[in-house]
Amino acid sequence: MTVQQEEVSAVEARQEQQARSVSAATISSLVVLAALVLCPFFISGFQTFQLNLMLIYAIAIMGLNLLTGFNGQFSLGHGAFYAIGAYTAAILIDTFGVSYVWTLPAAGVICFVSGFLFGLPALRLEGVYLALATFALAVATPQMLKLSILEHWTGGVQGIVIRKPKAPFDLPLSQDQWLYFFTLFVGLLLYWAARNMVKSRSGRAIMAIRDNPLAARSMGVNVALYKSLTFGVSALFTGIAGALGAIVIQFVAPDSFTFVLSVALLVGLVVGGVGWLPGAIVGGAFIVFVPNIAEEISKGLSGAMYGLMLILLIYVMPTGAGGLIRTVTDRLTRR
Amino acid sequence: MSAAAPDPLLSVRDIAVQFGGIKALDGISFDMKQGQILGLIGPNGAGKTTLFNCLSRLYTPSSGDILFKGSTLLDRPAHRIAEAGIGRTFQNLATFKNLTVRDNIRIGAHSASSSDMASDALRLPWVGRNEARIDEIVDELIDYLEIGAVADMPVAGLPFGTLKRVELARALASQPTLLLLDEPAGGLNHDEITELGERIKKIRDERNVTVLLVEHHMNLVMAISDVVVVLNFGRKISEGTPEAVQADPEVIRAYLGDAA
Ligand SMILES: Nc1ncnc2c1ncn2[C@@H]1O[C@H](COP(=O)(O)OP(=O)(O)O)[C@@H](O)[C@H]1O
Ligand SMILES: [Mg+2]
Repeated sequence: MTVQQEEVSAVEARQEQQARSVSAATISSLVVLAALVLCPFFISGFQTFQLNLMLIYAIAIMGLNLLTGFNGQFSLGHGAFYAIGAYTAAILIDTFGVSYVWTLPAAGVICFVSGFLFGLPALRLEGVYLALATFALAVATPQMLKLSILEHWTGGVQGIVIRKPKAPFDLPLSQDQWLYFFTLFVGLLLYWAARNMVKSRSGRAIMAIRDNPLAARSMGVNVALYKSLTFGVSALFTGIAGALGAIVIQFVAPDSFTFVLSVALLVGLVVGGVGWLPGAIVGGAFIVFVPNIAEEISKGLSGAMYGLMLILLIYVMPTGAGGLIRTVTDRLTRR
Repeated sequence: MSAAAPDPLLSVRDIAVQFGGIKALDGISFDMKQGQILGLIGPNGAGKTTLFNCLSRLYTPSSGDILFKGSTLLDRPAHRIAEAGIGRTFQNLATFKNLTVRDNIRIGAHSASSSDMASDALRLPWVGRNEARIDEIVDELIDYLEIGAVADMPVAGLPFGTLKRVELARALASQPTLLLLDEPAGGLNHDEITELGERIKKIRDERNVTVLLVEHHMNLVMAISDVVVVLNFGRKISEGTPEAVQADPEVIRAYLGDAA
């Protein structure tokens, strides 16, 4: 074979392999989607509620992934944006009687603005310094929520209790089922938007900044603007998750949003796969189910069990579920 | 297009840059005409990369001015240099290593296209058209630089020579009037360097691109440059045709001194 022929056949082999892995990806996403849609009809109300929480954390992780995985900015403080979203929803419902549906866009806008504004000074910080600044945000949040001047809206230490919405249009769904499908719909919508963004001009600009900020700048990318915008969009996702969380749990209180939440989101991100959007589901499942499993194994040592499982997981799949799946599909399609 | 452009295309006027006590550039001036290939040479540490970084506004000179198409570049931030019509490659590769070759080149077309995050996220109708335009530019460059075989591979792990071509394609994707090449022959073998020289000339002739070439490889510079500027310790020590510069005793001294 001449060099050119070889090149052509290499291209063809690669295209074929790509086509195969694309169809494999489509099939597996359809299977996952079908499972997500059917599950609530076969499990208890409480399990549906847990599955709902999994989706909600997945949305929050997706937001964190846009910032950390795709843009390379660390956040140890995304629990703060989750909290802002949750309180936005709770206050709008409780004080202003707004329908829960409309609290989501409101939480999104408020969190986008907060994230963007936080992102501006954060531009001067990188790596561990940014991690520290966001850590401070996470630590400050529960205390801010307890402040007595805000008590009129936030309910202080007591928090806010809200009522669980019913399924509309007389749909034959329980409240848990209805809320689950509501979250699933919102989650799919946000996933669609995140995917669109990542696969377009602005998404590429964001990833270029992560890989080489100087070169990105020389290619015409306004690095400061894109970094702050990404902070805003990331906070928007996580804030909408927070609002959903408030609606589903029917309760917000300052101590639900401690630093532990921020760390949990980060753990979920790493477990699901940094820079891989569908990994968020795996991360969400980890946040919701693994602490329970740890508790079942040993009541007294649940913390240690959780840690052990985390270490095992990272050992088995050092690049998260995303990396593992990629390796496996590569092996399967490259025959 | 060339008729409308004022002469000179680029005018570097008396610029100076200091790092601590080091005068990396000390009163450099030269002009470039549209369609020229200007070779910028000088021993290691002479200030060539620093000059490039001033032109792409990664550095701000402490004095002097840089005029491009008649207006100053100094009031432009670095991210608005590409849109002014200046593209560059980097001495030590600066690719986006987790992305594919194609995506790297697509980012090169960032300034040649427009969109915003919201429209991108919602896939509004014009986003598709915008992406199609970017892909048209990118596909053409992938053909032009013969990197089709690796187009959909991640950049990490590709051979150095291929990556140099990817960077060249990325720089051309912004459809520049002026192309800055920082040591494009670095790490290439003899045949590849000859091919590179031909390619640079072809780019100038076919794409109407003016080229500022920093290169250590003397044969390449002398073979393709219309004008050569020689720097040493941040100062311009010679300027002229390749023949004149090669015969300049000051240049010979700088290079022999460097070798000794
Ligand atoms: N960012 C920097 N900080 C400090 N000194 C620098 C920096 N960049 C370049 N220099 C110094 O400026 C001088 C010129 O460097 P450079 O422009 O890279 O030379 P060349 O590209 O001609 O080899 C050298 O003495 C180098 O050490
Ligand atoms: Mg250099």
